[in-house]
Amino acid sequence: MRALKNPFRVRGRLLPAPVAPGSPVAEARGLRVRLGQRPVLDSIDLTARAGEVLALVGPNGAGKSTLLAALAADLPAEHGEVRIDGRPVTDWSAAELALRRAVLPQSAALSFPFPVADVVRMGRAPWAGTERADEDDPAVASAMAATEVTEFAERPFSALSGGERARVALARVLAQRAGLLLLDEPTAALDLRHQELVLRICRERAAAGDAVVVVLHDLGLAAAYADRAAVLHDGRIAVAGPPAGVFTGELLGAVYRQPVEVFPHPRTGAPLVVPTRDA
Amino acid sequence: MTTSSPEHIRTGAATAPDRTPAPKPRRSPAFALTAGLLAALLVCCLLSAGLGAYSIPLGDVLGSVQHRLGLGGAALDRVGESVLWNVRLPRVVLALLVGASLGCAGALMQGVFGNPLAEPGVIGISSGAAVGAVASIALGLSFFGNWTVTVCAFAAGLVTVLLVYALSRSGGRTEVVTLILTGIAVNAFAGALIGLFIFFADNAQVSQITFWQLGSLAQATWPKVLAVLPCAVLGLLVAPFHARKLDLLALGERPARHLGVDVERLRIVLVLVVALLTAAAVAVAGIISFVGLLVPHLLRMANGPGHRFLIPGSALGGALVLVVGDLAARTVADPAELPLGVLTALFGSPFFFWLLRRTRRKQGGWA
Repeated sequence: MRALKNPFRVRGRLLPAPVAPGSPVAEARGLRVRLGQRPVLDSIDLTARAGEVLALVGPNGAGKSTLLAALAADLPAEHGEVRIDGRPVTDWSAAELALRRAVLPQSAALSFPFPVADVVRMGRAPWAGTERADEDDPAVASAMAATEVTEFAERPFSALSGGERARVALARVLAQRAGLLLLDEPTAALDLRHQELVLRICRERAAAGDAVVVVLHDLGLAAAYADRAAVLHDGRIAVAGPPAGVFTGELLGAVYRQPVEVFPHPRTGAPLVVPTRDA
Repeated sequence: MTTSSPEHIRTGAATAPDRTPAPKPRRSPAFALTAGLLAALLVCCLLSAGLGAYSIPLGDVLGSVQHRLGLGGAALDRVGESVLWNVRLPRVVLALLVGASLGCAGALMQGVFGNPLAEPGVIGISSGAAVGAVASIALGLSFFGNWTVTVCAFAAGLVTVLLVYALSRSGGRTEVVTLILTGIAVNAFAGALIGLFIFFADNAQVSQITFWQLGSLAQATWPKVLAVLPCAVLGLLVAPFHARKLDLLALGERPARHLGVDVERLRIVLVLVVALLTAAAVAVAGIISFVGLLVPHLLRMANGPGHRFLIPGSALGGALVLVVGDLAARTVADPAELPLGVLTALFGSPFFFWLLRRTRRKQGGWA
């Protein structure tokens, strides 16, 4: 039965086609977003490419999370547009978008005490009824193993600590196996080891051909793991490019209103950013 | 989490995702629960059909049912047959319909609001529907014949759900306090409207309204069963199809949308279904509160919060509670009859209180 159907359409949904490395997966063009009366983003031009980790950095209130939400099609553009997989986000249905992009929210909440394994499995919901529903079990298992949450698979989500919840939420997002990962501060609640773990996962996903956009506060992490970084300042992109070129003491000092020193790591050469402190 | 015994410190940076098999889902007790509920429901229905002022032995009940179905058996004498088929059975069927509607509406409402304290009675939907029903009685409306009370209850109930929904949500979430306070306000306003209608009603209508308001199945007849059947059955049939989406909605609105759920549509459909179910229950039985709170909660404790079992399970559980409750209401104070709504509130309120305390403890205050 299934073989007779058009393989690219399942129940009216257009399934995503493979994307070549380096081709744009999500694009914002001349994007302006207003929240209430306040313009939060303006003149944003940004492209997330397959096989690349793109870090969004900037001070509090610069518009990082808003930009991520706009890329996720949560917020409407007042001007300009956002494209995913080459089509304006407004042309996709919710079900089709769910096959193309996965979003990790800043804080993970759950109204009812579902067990962890069930929460991760929710990430597979978009694929129900498609051929890739066969991947459900391995996708859930590998996402849980990668985020190190397998050992509390049976515990209710509500019984976990903040850091454990954050990892479970990430596992759910990974299990979705979408070509575009939008992660809003995935490291905020995590200890040192798990911060590194999460960014290694980002790199692995990029190496596997996904586009990863990640909001980060830690400039050191951004410098070490991102292919490109976009520094947001007052709702605009101040500068974007490889971290080694973008993270200069002058620019970061001005954007963060805090003098910083930037110097290369003695072994890896990645830029280290340290606030200027009195000796 | 923060243990630092040596075996917990794993060294080495590489953590390639090992291909361990997916953790086997626990064998859930859903099947056993469903079977148990169905069996209990069957037994209680038969008991309820037999017990009462005019007692009919179980064998005779079965015989008469068989006879009517053309499967052998034997009819009872004239009185027995009349009691069974014109008094007891419509009452049992009505209890089933009302109970299933209330249980299901409670489970749906909690899922839509993402709040385990949401229940048609507590947050004022039942009172709202009651306003419509009282208005139709007091004003002597009859434009839909037999269905008039149900239709009016549905219309008023729908307006109330939408109102409560709009008032109690902020920033995509429903806080417990906001929800309960909204319920108080809506209940008060509905009470005032009902009072106003009673004030303008004549004596016969007043006694009819008062008795109806206490919540009772005493006046069950087949036409009344027919009057609520379409609402209840439609609601009960549509509800289970949205179970998976309700599971996803537990993550919050945006995450549910990120997983492909058309949240706006889901919400509209489910609000309509809740209004249908509540109207079905309120139109015949008045305000019977706490069934929709108690039943889904107990089932969640037994089988977890997954809606695929919770929604049909709550319908079964609600039906069971009402059949048993109605049996108790008309037998414990024999020959007098307790109003069913009074009985459920008597047991439901302490439970609600306990639930509130527990929620509060978990949140560390109301903030």
